[in-house]
Amino acid sequence: MTITHHLDDATLMSFAAGALPAALSAVAAAHAAMCPRCRREIAAMERLGGAVMADLSPVAFARPEPAPPMPLPAGAGDLSRPRAAAIAEAEIPRPVAKLFSDTLDAVAWRWLGPGVWDHPLPLTGAGKLRLLKVAPGHGIPEHGHGGAELTLVLRGAFQDETGRYARGDVADLDETVAHQPIVTDAGGACICLVGSETPERFHGLVARQWQRVRRF
Amino acid sequence: MADLLRRVAEQADLAAFRELYQSYGPRVKAYMMRQGADAATAEDLAQETLFTVWRRASLYVEDKGSATTWIFAIARNVRIDRLRREVPWQELPESRCEQPSSETPPDEALSEKERQARVRAALAELPPEQHEVVALSYVDGLSHGEIAARLGLPLGTVKSRMRIAYQRIRAGLEDLR
Repeated sequence: MTITHHLDDATLMSFAAGALPAALSAVAAAHAAMCPRCRREIAAMERLGGAVMADLSPVAFARPEPAPPMPLPAGAGDLSRPRAAAIAEAEIPRPVAKLFSDTLDAVAWRWLGPGVWDHPLPLTGAGKLRLLKVAPGHGIPEHGHGGAELTLVLRGAFQDETGRYARGDVADLDETVAHQPIVTDAGGACICLVGSETPERFHGLVARQWQRVRRF
Repeated sequence: MADLLRRVAEQADLAAFRELYQSYGPRVKAYMMRQGADAATAEDLAQETLFTVWRRASLYVEDKGSATTWIFAIARNVRIDRLRREVPWQELPESRCEQPSSETPPDEALSEKERQARVRAALAELPPEQHEVVALSYVDGLSHGEIAARLGLPLGTVKSRMRIAYQRIRAGLEDLR
C-alpha cells in the first residue's frame, strides 16, 4: 500500500491538538493508523503541544496531594480494551474499529441513488461520520456544504482532477477546490470513510445525487 | 524530567513520582481550565492524567519524545475522554512492541531535550498572529471553524497561519542538523 494523498498540515495540527471535530478526527485517526508519514508529523506536532503546555502559568492544586497510587497488576485497569472478535482488523483501521459491529462485507447499506449507498456510523461528537459505497462508473456525490470534510479510501479507488485515490489515501481538499471524483476501476466498488463537519440534509441530497450520477 | 519518569518506570519510585506530580500537575490543571473545565474538574483531570503517567510510565520511551510531550498527549486524551467529546483517537501504544520503530522524526540527530528547547524557542519567536492560532488550537481546543469565528477571519486564513507556524517550527529544528 503506497499512500500518496495525505492529511493537510493544518488538519494534522488540529488533530495533534485534540481540537479536530469528532467526525474529522475519526477519519484522521484512521488515516494515521495506515500512514507512517502522517504519524511522524503528528509526533512532531505533539511536541509543539508539550511546549505550549510547558509555557502555561501553573494553577496550584487546591486539595492536598492524594495518597500515592499503587501500581496496577499487568493488564489491569484501563489498559485492556475489549475487542469485537468479528472485526476484520486488516481492512477496518483500528481507531474506528469500535464503531463497526461487523466487516465491510456485512454492512447494511442504505441506497441513495444509482450506484451510491451509504451507512451512517454512530458518533456522538461534532459532525457526521459515515461509510460511502460507490459502484464503478459512478461519481462520488458532493456532500460537504461549506464545512470541512475528509474522505478516506478503505477499499477500491476513485479518481479526480487531483489524482487517483486508493486504499489509505485521504482527500483533505480545501473548500475552494471544485472536483468531480469518479470510481473508474472495473475491479469493484469503492468504499470510503467520510467525516464531515456540518450535518447533511439527506432528503434534498438524494435528489441532487440523482442528477449528478446520471451524467456518468 | 525524563530522568524522573525513568525512575518511576524502572523502580516505581514514589519520590520521583511526587516530583513529577508537583511540577506537571499544576500545568496540566491550567491546561484543563483553558480547555473549558472548572477549577475542581480541572484538578480531577490533572490528577487522573498524572496517575495515568504513573501506570504507564513503563511504556515511555525517551528517544521517541520528551516527557513533557508524552504528558501533553496523555492530558489531551484524558480531556477528550472526560469532557465527553468522544473523539476516536489514535491510541497511545499499550506495550513496547507497539512503539513505532521507524518513525523517529527527521531531526533525529538532536537529543530530545534539545528538540524540545528548540520548539519552545521557535514558538516564542512566532509572529503574534501565528502564535494566536496555535494557542487557540492547542490550549483552548478550538477547531479551525471556531477559531475563524472567534477572530473574524476566513477559514483559509486560519489554516494557512497554522501551516506557516508549523513550517517555521520545523525549520527551527532543521537548522541544527
